[in-house]
Amino acid sequence: MQKVYIYKKFERFWHWTQAALIFFLAITGFEVHGSFSFLGYEQAVESHRVAAWMLLILIAFSIFWHFTTGEWRQYIPTFSKLQAQLRYYTLGIFKGEPHPTRKSVHKKLNPLQALTYLGFKLVMAPLLVITGIVYMFYRTIDANNMVIVSDIPLEVVAFLHTLGAYLIIMFAIVHIYMTTTGHTPTSNIRAMLTGYEDLEDDSEQELKDENKKDE
Amino acid sequence: MKKVVFSIILSSIGILILIHIAYDPPLPNLGELKLKQEYAIKPTPSVDHTLFEELQKDFNSPQEVTEACIECHNQRHKEVIASSHWNWERISYVEDRGIASMGKSNVLNNYCIGASSNEQSCAACHIGFGMTNDRFDFDNARNVDCMVCHDNSEEYHKGSSMAGYPDRSVNLARVAQSVGRPQRMNCGACHFYSGGGNNVKHGDLEEALLSTTREVDVHMAANGMNMTCVDCHSAENHNMKGKLYSVSSSDENRLTCDHCHTSTPHMDRNLDLHTARVACQTCHIPTYAKENPTKMEWRWSDAGRLVEGKPIHETDTSGVETYLSIKGSFRWEKDVAPEYYWFNGHATHYVLGDQVDSIPIQVNQLLGSADDNRSKIYPVKVHRGDQIYDPETNLLIQPKLWAAEEGDSAYWKDFDWKLAAEAGMKRVGLPYSGKHEFVNTEMYWPVNHMVAPKEDALSCEECHRRDDSRLAGLNDFYMPGRDSHAGLDFIGKLLIIAAMAGVILHGLGRIVAAIKNKEIESEEINTNYNQ
Repeated sequence: MQKVYIYKKFERFWHWTQAALIFFLAITGFEVHGSFSFLGYEQAVESHRVAAWMLLILIAFSIFWHFTTGEWRQYIPTFSKLQAQLRYYTLGIFKGEPHPTRKSVHKKLNPLQALTYLGFKLVMAPLLVITGIVYMFYRTIDANNMVIVSDIPLEVVAFLHTLGAYLIIMFAIVHIYMTTTGHTPTSNIRAMLTGYEDLEDDSEQELKDENKKDE
Repeated sequence: MKKVVFSIILSSIGILILIHIAYDPPLPNLGELKLKQEYAIKPTPSVDHTLFEELQKDFNSPQEVTEACIECHNQRHKEVIASSHWNWERISYVEDRGIASMGKSNVLNNYCIGASSNEQSCAACHIGFGMTNDRFDFDNARNVDCMVCHDNSEEYHKGSSMAGYPDRSVNLARVAQSVGRPQRMNCGACHFYSGGGNNVKHGDLEEALLSTTREVDVHMAANGMNMTCVDCHSAENHNMKGKLYSVSSSDENRLTCDHCHTSTPHMDRNLDLHTARVACQTCHIPTYAKENPTKMEWRWSDAGRLVEGKPIHETDTSGVETYLSIKGSFRWEKDVAPEYYWFNGHATHYVLGDQVDSIPIQVNQLLGSADDNRSKIYPVKVHRGDQIYDPETNLLIQPKLWAAEEGDSAYWKDFDWKLAAEAGMKRVGLPYSGKHEFVNTEMYWPVNHMVAPKEDALSCEECHRRDDSRLAGLNDFYMPGRDSHAGLDFIGKLLIIAAMAGVILHGLGRIVAAIKNKEIESEEINTNYNQ
C-alpha cells in the first residue's frame, strides 16, 4: 500500500462544487416543478437561475481543465475488463474477492466508472444543460421584441429537463453508494476530500516520483 | 499559506453568492417616481366660466345651454357627434362577421337585455336630449348634452325615464357656469350605476371609487395619487381612450397600463418577461368588487312573481336586492377573484337576429388563445344568467320592458312576456313565433380597475402551483409549477425508488457477506489452529 496524491486541487474543487450545485439545483428545480414548497416559488426560480449560471461557468472551467491536463483520457472507455468489473460488483464483492482492476493516477476510473462518467458527460449533462438553457431563454414574442425560442413547445423542453433531473438523482444515489466499495467504506470519499488515497501498485517508485512532481 | 488564501477566497465567494440570493436590493423605481411626480400636479382650469356673460342668464331648456357652449366652442359638437359616447353603433371589422355596424342599438347583454324599445328609460345614460324612440336625430348638435360630462357643481343629473333630459330641479345656469374637466362623478353617474344600481355591471367601477383608499384602488385613492377617470381615459377631440367590450369589438384606441407604465415596469427581469403574455391586471387586481358587491347572476326566468297582484322586491341581510318581480332573481358577490381568459383585444357579440348556435349563449366573447401571440391572459368578470329566447325562430328576444303606463305591452308594467316579446321584436324588425323559453347566457367583462398596491399583487404561487392555481382553467399551454407530465413523474419516482432499493439491498448483501466471510475465515483459522 502506498499513499498516493490522486485527486488534484482543481479536481476536488470542481467535484465538490458541482456536487453542491447539483444538489441545490435539484431542490430548487423540483420546487419549480411543483413537487413541493420550500423556498417559495419566486426565490426558487431566482436561485435555480443563479446556480445554473454558476454551474455553467464551472463546467466551462472543467472542460478547459480536462483538455489542458489531458485528464479527459481517463474517460475513454475500455471494454477488456468491463465484464470482470460487472462480475465483481454483482458477485465478487460478496465473496470478498479483490478488485479486478488497479487504481492509479493514470487510471483513476475502472472500466465501468469510465463508461458511466462518459455517459454522464456526454448524455446526462448535455441533456440538462441544453434543455436548461432553452428553458431559461424560452420566450414568446413580446412588445420588447425579445428573442423568440418558442418553436419547441415548452412542454417538451420541461419534459426533457425533468427527465434529466430524475436521471441525475438516480445517478447521485448510486454514485454515493458506490464510494463505499473502496478498500474501506470511506477510503474513496476521503480521497476525494484530501486528494490522497492508499493505493497498491507494483511500480511504487514511479508513483512516488509522480507525486513529487505534482507537489 | 496557499491553502489559507485559497480557502479565504473560496469562502468569500460563497458568502457573496449567499448574499446575492438572499438580499433584495431596494433600488428606486425611477419610472414610477416620475409618473407619481407627473400626476401629483393636478390640472388647473385656464378659464372661469362664471365670468362669461353668455352663461349668466336663465336657461329655459338644456338645449339653450348647449347653444351657449357652441357659441365659443364652435367645433366641439362635431367631435362629440363623431364619438362613441354619442353614437350607438360603430363600424368595425369583426372576425367571422366581416365589416359590421355594432353597438348599443343591436347587441344584447344579460342584464336589462337591450336598449331598443326602452330608449326613454335607457337614454338616462346617453349624452343627448330627447331620445324617446329609435327616431332620435343623431345629427342635431342642439341635442348634445355637454353638461352631463362637464358639470363640476355636482348639481346636474338626468331625470328618471326622461329620454335623456335633466331632472326638472336642476339649476341650469349654475351648472353651465361650473363646467370644467370631467370629475369622477360625471363618469360615474353612468358607469358606476349601469344595469340599474351601484356596481351592478362592471364589478370594478362603483361609487366607492369616489373616495377610496390605496388598498381598493392605488390610482384613485384619496390617500394616494387621487387620480380622476380622465387622467388615464384622456379624450383628445372627445375621442375617449379605452374600450368596453360589452359593446366594442376591435383592438383599436385601447387604453392599457403600459401607456404610462411601459411594458417593463418591474425592477425584475423575470416579472418583466411576463408582460408579453400576461396583462398587468391579472396579477395586480387580485379581486374586484372590493367594497360593494356586484351582480354575478341574473335569472330572468324567475321574474313575474306577484303578491296580491303587485310586484315585490326582496333583499338579503346585507341590503342587496335578491329578487325583483320585474327582473327576476339575482346573486351578488363581494371581493371576487376573477376568472382568467386569453384576450387579444378583439371580441365578438351576439347581434340581434343571430341564430343561437350553442348554449350557454355568449352574448359577447373575448377572442384569443395561447397560440395567438397577440393574446394575453386577462382577469374577467363573467356574468351568468338566463334570458328570454324564441325556441321556434332560434333567436334571443329583445323584450319591451319599459313604458310609462300599463297596457303598453311593457313587461315591467303588464308582466306578460308574450306581449313584451312581440312588441320588442316588432320594434327591432325580427320575427317572433309566439313561444318563449329562457336560455342560459354568459357575458364577459375584462376587469381593469381597482388595481391593488404592489404588496397585494398576486404572488407567483397563486398561479404556479399544482392545486388551486388561479389559472387552472386555462389549459392550452404548459405552465411550470402547475403542469407536469404524470407519466414522467411516475417513472421518475420509480427510478429513484429502484436506485434506493438497489443500493440498500446491495449494501445489506455486502454486510451479510462480510460477516459470513469473517466466520469462514475464523473457522479456517480455528481449524488451522487445531491442526
